[in-house]
Order: sequence, then C-alpha cells, then structure tokens
Amino acid sequence: MTTAAWAPDETGHFGRFGGRFMPEALVAALDELDTAWQKALADPAFGAEFERMLRDYAGTPSMLYDAERLSARAGARILLKREDLLHTGAHKIRNVLGQALLTKRMGKQRVIAETGAGQHGVASATAAAYLGLDCTIYMGEVDTERQALNVARMQLLGAEVVPVRSGSRTLKDAINEALRDWVATVDHTAYLFGTAAGPHPFPSLVLSFVRGIGDEARRQCLELTGSLPNVAAACVGGGSNAIGLFAGFLDDADVELYGFEPGGDGVETGRHAATIHNGDIGVLHGARTYVLQDEDGQTLESHSISAGLDYPGVGPQHARLAETGRATYEPVTDAEAMAAMRLLAETEGIIPAIESAHAVAGALRLAPQRQGQTLLVNLSGRGDKDMGTALTYFGLGQADA
Amino acid sequence: MSVSTAFEKARADGRAALVGYLPAGFPSVEGSIEAMRAMVDAGCDIIEVGLPYSDPVMDGPTIQAAVQQALDQGTRVSDVLRVVEAVAATGAPTLVMTAWNPVERLGIERFAQALVDAGGAGLITPDITPDEAGEWTAAADARDLDKVFLVAPSSTPERLQLTVDASRGFVYATAVMGVTGARETTSELAAPLVERTKAATDLPVGVGLGISNGAQAAEIAGFADAVIVGSAFVRTLQHDADLRGLSALTADLAEGVRGA
Ligand SMILES: Cc1ncc(COP(=O)(O)O)c(C=O)c1O
Repeated sequence: MTTAAWAPDETGHFGRFGGRFMPEALVAALDELDTAWQKALADPAFGAEFERMLRDYAGTPSMLYDAERLSARAGARILLKREDLLHTGAHKIRNVLGQALLTKRMGKQRVIAETGAGQHGVASATAAAYLGLDCTIYMGEVDTERQALNVARMQLLGAEVVPVRSGSRTLKDAINEALRDWVATVDHTAYLFGTAAGPHPFPSLVLSFVRGIGDEARRQCLELTGSLPNVAAACVGGGSNAIGLFAGFLDDADVELYGFEPGGDGVETGRHAATIHNGDIGVLHGARTYVLQDEDGQTLESHSISAGLDYPGVGPQHARLAETGRATYEPVTDAEAMAAMRLLAETEGIIPAIESAHAVAGALRLAPQRQGQTLLVNLSGRGDKDMGTALTYFGLGQADA
Repeated sequence: MSVSTAFEKARADGRAALVGYLPAGFPSVEGSIEAMRAMVDAGCDIIEVGLPYSDPVMDGPTIQAAVQQALDQGTRVSDVLRVVEAVAATGAPTLVMTAWNPVERLGIERFAQALVDAGGAGLITPDITPDEAGEWTAAADARDLDKVFLVAPSSTPERLQLTVDASRGFVYATAVMGVTGARETTSELAAPLVERTKAATDLPVGVGLGISNGAQAAEIAGFADAVIVGSAFVRTLQHDADLRGLSALTADLAEGVRGA
C-alpha cells in the first residue's frame, strides 16, 4: 500500500506546495524532528509501541459502521468510520500519541500545542498525562470562550491553557503564539502540531500517525462489502482526518476522494473557511498552500460554526491532491452541517462533532446520484463538545419545548 | 542603494553601523515617515521599514501591537513602498523587513521591481531561509538588491555557510532564541554567533533582538558590524508622539555604536 506517487520530495514539497518557510532559528529543530521521526519509523520497536498504545489506550481499530437507516434516507450506502469512539472522542488522539511518543524518544520533557475547538488540546493534554510530559496549550481567547468545557478538560488533565489575545484570537493566532514559545524553548520542548499542515516534516509526520484511519477502513470495507468504496469522504480543516482517510485509498484510482470544507454562511457571503475552494496560493504557517488572503497577502479571518474547521489555511498535500484532480474539495455550509448533525442523531442515534457533520452533509449531497454505490465517511469525532452550539442553534434545552 | 555604502562609511569612522526598524504605518503612514526621518537625522545609518503582516510569528508583544495598529488603520503594501521612497530620499539605505507571503502575493518579480523603483536597498526576510528563496535570489541578483537572511544560535555550520553565501548587504545574526522585544541584558549567545558568522563570510554582520540602550549598543558594537534596534524604537514611539524621545534614543544608541 505505498503512496509513493503522492509522497513529497526530500525537502517536503508536494509539487509546488508544502516546503519549509520558517525562520532559521527553527530549522535545526525541524531537522532534528525529521531525523528522529525517520529513525522511529524504521524502528520496529517504535512501531510496536505506537500500535500498542493505539490499541490498548486509544481503542483502535475504530469500527466501520453500516449506517442502514441513514443510507435509506440518503439513497446510497453510507459506511461510517467511527473515529468518534476513540479515547478523547476524535481521530486527533492518533496523531498526539505518535508525536508524544516521538517526544519521549527525543528526550524532551515538555510539549506545547495549539488548539481551535480544543480537541487537539485535549488530546495533547491526554497524551502528555499518559506519558508524563509537561504540557502547555495555546488557545485563542474567542475559542476559550466558545469551548469552555474543553478548557476545563485540559486543566483537569494537568495542562496549562494560555488564552491568546492577539490577531483574530482564534486558531491561527494560537499557532503563532505556540511558534513564539517554541522558538524560545526548542532545546527542551516539542511542538505537537495538530493537523497535517505546517512546515516540513509536519504534514508527512502527521500523515504517518493518522493513516491508520484509511488503512483500517480499507480493510474493514473489503471485509464488510467485498469491495472498495466508490467514495471516501472527510471534512477538511487543516486536513489531518481527511489525509488519514485518503492515505488508505490514494493508490486505488477507482475510489473517488472528497474533502468537505467549511462553507460557513455560504462562500458567496465571504464568511467561510473554504480554503481550497475559495483561497489562493500563498504561504502560511510554514508551507505553500491555499490560503484565504486579501490582495496584499494578509490572512483573512475565516468563519465556521465549527471551531475545528475555522482555519484560513490547509495542509499542502490537500492542495496538491486538489490541483491534480485526485481529490475533489467542496464547501458545506453551517446550515447543511447542522442539518446533517440532526439527521444522523435522529436516524442512527449518533451525535457527530460539527466538523464531522460537514462530511456527512457532503455525502448526503453526493448520494442521490450514486444509488447502489458505497460512500465511506470519516466520522472524525463525537458531538459532546458541540452541545452548547447545538443548544443555541436548534433552540434545545427546554424539556417542554 | 545597497547598505554597503553605509557600512563603508561606518568602517571609515572606525565604528559599527546603527540600523533602526519601525513598521510602516505606525503610528500612521505619514507618522512613520517622519519618525524614520528623525531616526536618520539623529544617527541611524540604515533603516528597516517593516511591512505590517497579519501573522507576525517572530514578533513579540510590542511590535505585534504596532503592526496590528498599522493594519487596523488600513496600511497597504503600496503605503509601505511610499514610506520606503520617502526614507530612501534622505540618502540612508532603506531595506524592507517582511514576512514572505506579501512578497509572493504581489509577485516576486513585481515586488523586486517596485522596491527598485522606490529606491529601496533590498529585503530582510526573517521567516524564510535561502532553501526556499530561489526565485527571490534571482530577482534580487538581477537588480543588485540586498538579500538579508538571518542566522541563529541554533544554525549548524553547514546552514550558517549556506545562509551567508546566499546573503548580500549584510548578515543578520539573531542574538537570542526568541521573538523580538527589548531586553534588559544582552545575550551571551550573540558574540559566539557573530564570531562563527564572520569566520564564514566577509559580509558585515549585524546583531538584533533585544537591544534597547546605548550601553548595550556599545557592547554589541565591540564585536559586530551593525547594531539593529526595533522594539525599543517602537516602544518609545508608543509613548511620545513628538519624536523627541525617539531622537534622544537614537542619539544614545548612535553614541553607543561609536563605542562611547
Ligand atoms: C472532530 C474533528 N474533526 C475534524 C477536525 C479538523 O481537523 P483536521 O482537518 O485536521 O482533521 C477537528 C479539529 O479540531 C475535530 O475536532
């Protein structure tokens, strides 16, 4: 199952995307990380330990669920990859366990991370607690307010949560602040990057830790249906759950890959985070990729009802997959995602994260033209963290309402 | 005009050069022009005009706030070029210090040409390394523009050589591992880094990050070819708008680089 055709060159370029646009002060650390990661990948002991942690602690393989009632409504067979059932409730645990284990191997004692929705922050704090590392999480002040429960979870797990008050006070600013910390502490601190974006080697490194999503799903789909899916679909924020799923199918030319981006109020309103669909090529946070930016190259504020997708950049490998046509990226609005969240809850008794609901909505859009086909959807996380948003959005919470 | 003229003059005087940074558009576009001119009058040999960028990863709180103010007031890349033109007209070599994306956005060739047309000396590019700067190197070389890349205490000997070989004008040595911001004491990492850098190149080597007064400037001038000051100017300008404090700080630093 090689994905060699889609692998980056030695310096992390996926075609004209990716690379390492970083201050010289951090290059040595990125090189050190790259070397340690390559060695770890080649070391069966590391692989075995990572597998053991995933299985015994995180709960992989996550099941593949045949969503019959949803399929009946949709018009095509929908299979859900249940990443929402993993420990901490999202695919993010795979990435952080890999990176935290690598941190220990490198002899560093402290990890830092950025977080938007708080999912990566919670996952990082969890991995840090599990492996006995000090942990500091940077989170935009706006996000600490809209995801207060996750702040509490991180604190309970022993992490320090630093609210970021600069810029738009959201995910991109949390990344800026984490990078500022890292440049001053790089000798003893590892940066657990939360998605398959950023400077080389992060996109490839993150992919290597989350690709279990796609590898498991491919095997499970073959077992369950006797063939590969026609479509593999995921939501795309920075791109980690999507690239993890896609990795299992990149070489299967007949499997169509779909990434669903946050369309916010609708791309025509300008209030969205559909980076590939509506952005232009630029450099943000260390990589050349699609970026939401103005005429002068200033990053534009993104908008999404889902904090985990609210990011004006995207991983460079997705930019490459889009440019070559191997994968298709389409926007899904807040309203479509919320409707899909409700439908999945009512038909299957599964409350998805709003991020993941974007993928469900996208599949529901494709389904009518695909009767008799199988659509594999990555259910990247569960919706517990989003109950506040759902409560307001649907006007829930009054027992007699 | 390359910064090399300023370095030649300083060398003839037997002293280090003083390089001053301010973001364009802070406190306003006109205000930044006046401030930079005052800095030249009071003894800055070279000016770095900062291009305000939405994601100033390498900047500490002082410069972040100034940059945000400039952006909130609508400062555009065209304004930055206007500032360059006005400051370069004083005769002091004028560089633009910028994050990379605005350069790519305008187009690397177009940016380089606009810089030439404004009389600018070149670019300081703190968030990229020569590895990703092929197109900029070609555009700059075709126009004799300065290319100032940064070296850091963490740079390996190989990377340090790569960086100085790609540089033109001077080499920027970041004296601390950290973001911009005035510091009370000079870093003990600066002198060894300058020594390593000088061993690798004949280009002048400037030291920046954290310098805030004449005494620190004198200390740095003891081993570096240029003393680069940013946050201290920004902080001063935040507190007094009439430029007297700015001129006084410049004079103090200018005395410092003369080994006072
Ligand atoms: C459940 C869930 N899905 C998806 C995402 C988006 O990230 P990515 O695109 O890296 O998978 C997040 C981010 O917080 C998330 O929590």
